[in-house]
Amino acid sequence: MYAIDQSILTLILLVPLAGAILVALVPDRARLPNWLALLTTLFTFLLTLHLPAHFATSQPGFQFEINRLWIADPAISYHVGVDGLSLWLVVLTGLLAPVGVLASWNAIQARRKVFYALFLVQQTAMFGVFVSLDLMAYYGFWELSLVPMAILIAMYGRKDGPKAALKFFLFTFIPSAPLLVAILWLYTQTRTFDFVTLQHLLGHEALPATAMFWVALAFLFAFAVKVPVFPLHGWIADTFSEAPAAMAMVVAGKLGLYSMLRFHVGLFPAQTRAIAPWLIALAVIGVLYGACLALVQRDFWKLLAFAAVSHFSLVMLAIYGLTLTGWNGAVYQILSLGIVEGAMFVLLGALDSRYGTSQIAAYGGLAARLPRTATFFVIASLTMIGLPLLSGFIGEFTILSSTFGEVSRSWAVVAALGVILSAAYALWLVQRLFYGPESGLATSKPAADLYLGELAALAPLAVLMLLMGVAPSLWFKTIQTGVHPPPHTSIQVRIRNLVNPDKIPSVIYVEGER
Amino acid sequence: VTPVPDIYRILPEVILTLTGVAVMLIDASIPPEWARRSLGWLAAIGTTLALWASLWQLSLPEGTGFFGTVETSTFTVFFHVLICGIVLVALLVSLDTLPAESHHQGEYYALVVFGAVGMCLLTGAVELLVVFVALEISSISTYVLAGYRKQTGRGPEAAIKYFLLGSFATAFLLYGIALIFGATGTTQIYEVAHLAPSAENHALVVAALAMMLVGILFKVSAAPFHVWTPDVYEGAPAPVVALLSTAPKAAAFALLLRVVYEMLPSLRSFWSPLLWVVAVLSMTVGNLAALRQQNVKRMLAYSSIAHAGYLLAAFAGIGTIGIAAASFYTAAYAAMNLGIFAVVTLVSGYDEKLPLIEDFRGLIYRSPLLGSLLIFFLISLIGIPFTGGFFGKFYSFAAAMDGGAVALVIIGLLNSGLAAAYYLRLAVVAAQRSTAATDHAEAPRPEVGIAVGAALMLAVAATLVLGIAPGKVLHSAQLGARTLEAPPPESTAPILSPVIDMNAPPGP
Repeated sequence: MYAIDQSILTLILLVPLAGAILVALVPDRARLPNWLALLTTLFTFLLTLHLPAHFATSQPGFQFEINRLWIADPAISYHVGVDGLSLWLVVLTGLLAPVGVLASWNAIQARRKVFYALFLVQQTAMFGVFVSLDLMAYYGFWELSLVPMAILIAMYGRKDGPKAALKFFLFTFIPSAPLLVAILWLYTQTRTFDFVTLQHLLGHEALPATAMFWVALAFLFAFAVKVPVFPLHGWIADTFSEAPAAMAMVVAGKLGLYSMLRFHVGLFPAQTRAIAPWLIALAVIGVLYGACLALVQRDFWKLLAFAAVSHFSLVMLAIYGLTLTGWNGAVYQILSLGIVEGAMFVLLGALDSRYGTSQIAAYGGLAARLPRTATFFVIASLTMIGLPLLSGFIGEFTILSSTFGEVSRSWAVVAALGVILSAAYALWLVQRLFYGPESGLATSKPAADLYLGELAALAPLAVLMLLMGVAPSLWFKTIQTGVHPPPHTSIQVRIRNLVNPDKIPSVIYVEGER
Repeated sequence: VTPVPDIYRILPEVILTLTGVAVMLIDASIPPEWARRSLGWLAAIGTTLALWASLWQLSLPEGTGFFGTVETSTFTVFFHVLICGIVLVALLVSLDTLPAESHHQGEYYALVVFGAVGMCLLTGAVELLVVFVALEISSISTYVLAGYRKQTGRGPEAAIKYFLLGSFATAFLLYGIALIFGATGTTQIYEVAHLAPSAENHALVVAALAMMLVGILFKVSAAPFHVWTPDVYEGAPAPVVALLSTAPKAAAFALLLRVVYEMLPSLRSFWSPLLWVVAVLSMTVGNLAALRQQNVKRMLAYSSIAHAGYLLAAFAGIGTIGIAAASFYTAAYAAMNLGIFAVVTLVSGYDEKLPLIEDFRGLIYRSPLLGSLLIFFLISLIGIPFTGGFFGKFYSFAAAMDGGAVALVIIGLLNSGLAAAYYLRLAVVAAQRSTAATDHAEAPRPEVGIAVGAALMLAVAATLVLGIAPGKVLHSAQLGARTLEAPPPESTAPILSPVIDMNAPPGP
């Protein structure tokens, strides 16, 4: 078991890459690339399940850790590990991969080899971002995650792929330039790229305050564009409407939000505290702005994009509220959103590939013809709205209640307005797509309901939405171990875990400990 | 200790010279109707031998030969191996892409090899006059090669532009050498390093360095000495451009490192800000101009100017860190640039029927192999991690950061974001289906022969190795940097140049 624990993260990183090479080598015949990609992603998913199964909740810090020197000078290490913060994100990435493959089963007809090979490379990059504990390795995977996405948008864009690809790439590549400068500057000051060492050093050493302000800002900027935070969201609408559904759903949101928690809040607690009020304001604006724009979209991909802006902003509100409860809720909400958005992408992708349009007005009254699609869509929409007993509720409620109780009542009230608006646009979308009189499109183009692959992709997502809604403690007990105030800060935390009032986070770090 | 025979110090150059002479003689003595392709293989074998000989030189004790004019050290071996590797790949590309019926194939291969002699000698020379001679050997070969397609209008235009501007720049270099001699009374680099700080006429040394920098920066095509680059790259045949844009630049950068770090480190406060400005100018001018290009080779020409800028950023680094970063970048740049020019050669064809970015539309559908390779090399040029381009830029900027040039790093990284736009434009075009209006269905499906296939494989392997496991190459670059950084030895060999007493009364 010990040997597996040592190498499990390496395996998770290498299996998709090996799969990608294999896919590139086999002939494109009889859906061979599809099957190979499906097997690879399923196998990787099984590997990721090893992590929660053998995760020791009583043990603080990183687990399944490997730390090997990769390049001697400058000292870059292959240092990977997971804690409560990244554990479920790795599993979520593992889960969404086979879902993505199944969703693309019929949607991707041309050049399947290229598609699946790049899709698998993307998986490696995503896993790498979540498990890297060396800033250079992290940066490497972070940048690598852009490439397959940009190429696939360019190749498979629905209308104007190349333009959207360029926009996506530049929007996310340019902010990573200051990020690299900041990482290099930290290295010249501390001689290390290692996250754990760096966190420790930054807590002790007094580096020049002005420089640290800019360094923290560079980190934040790169992450904020990736989330995206209002007003840096320019790329997301085009990316959502042009990217193949499977690609958009695996990258959306998670990377940026996780990076904020781990690398911005985690490394620069003082700078975070200074800038937090501004970010809370931006987050609340984002919640409302995204929701209002989602209300008026005529294209369902764009609607989904602005809904995502709204939801991700809510998570950001929780992150920069700087409360333990909020962070727990934030991680939980990232997971929940990952699942809901995954389901949405599969469903809307199914509609788009069947009817060939993403204009909401063209649809109507599909529920009678496509009952299964309608059912899943309603479940996903209700989760997105945050209906109790579904996963979205737990996350949103934890976030809003912690904001209300521990951060600011007024901001919480305004943010709650956004949640109400989300009910409006989501239910209105359901109504316009599936109910009402049958549209000309629905009658003129009879289409088949969800086929087996799509059902296989959606069913586990729907089960999870329900399970995460009724038994959140299954997840919280591991998330809590990873969410703690960064060492050497004096964030005053009132623990008020609303989900498990009797269960206080088992590990709380106070000043000077660790 | 038995002294090392002088000839061992220049063994790679000797092998290359013999190869070049053999190629020319055989070319002249076989009947004109015989195919000349095997001469290319002969040149490739000679280059491989020279590469092997340079590696063998590592077993020699470091030191100088021929009266203190030529040095062998880890630094020279690093650049010898790099240059021989580049020339080998360029020869392999030429073997499959030069049309069989083209004239003067023998001369072509011989000139490539003679150029390599000059470039190798340039990296090993520690005597400014030998530096000058080496530079001329390499330049004259490349001038001729640039105009190899003389039946087109652009070929001779490229050659003449390159020749006129190039000889002008070399004149600057020579004038600088003369001023160095005037200020210190010697042209031996170690001697200059010892004497320059105490030179009576400080201004003369500064002027000399400025002159020499003009000459060298021209060779590396850094702004504002870059104007020749796009025209020459456009006019010269693509395999020649693959060579032109890498090997002479590697040699010139080796010379620049030697001049500023070994010969005149005492003038750091003068050359460091100067190179800072040139670095910023090169990247900005290169990238902005590249954005507007329609011709692939012109775009890559401007991109090479920008890359010279990124490389010059390493010179803000102090000591070994800067030298090692610059050496590493040279290698990384050479690997990806050779690769992309090999692809461009195959796609555009020798006579360049398809020179425009638009002509690359749908390449990945026409030829999946070349299309993916093109995108791969473009990704490396952008500087995405796990490719050589990333670590090249990374080390270069890390060195600059270490030297305290934060502003330079920020400008550099913003520039690399800008550069991504035009590299991506080409990548995106190659990945797009061709529309009816620009259909190149009649365009010949490029064939990838054995030689050019091997060249592409070498370039891909080098780019990947430098991006995934750069440790070894970086280590050799650091070893080389240390030999350059170490205080120059007191000259043991007799000084060739007589010390002129400037105050002596004029002779009769």
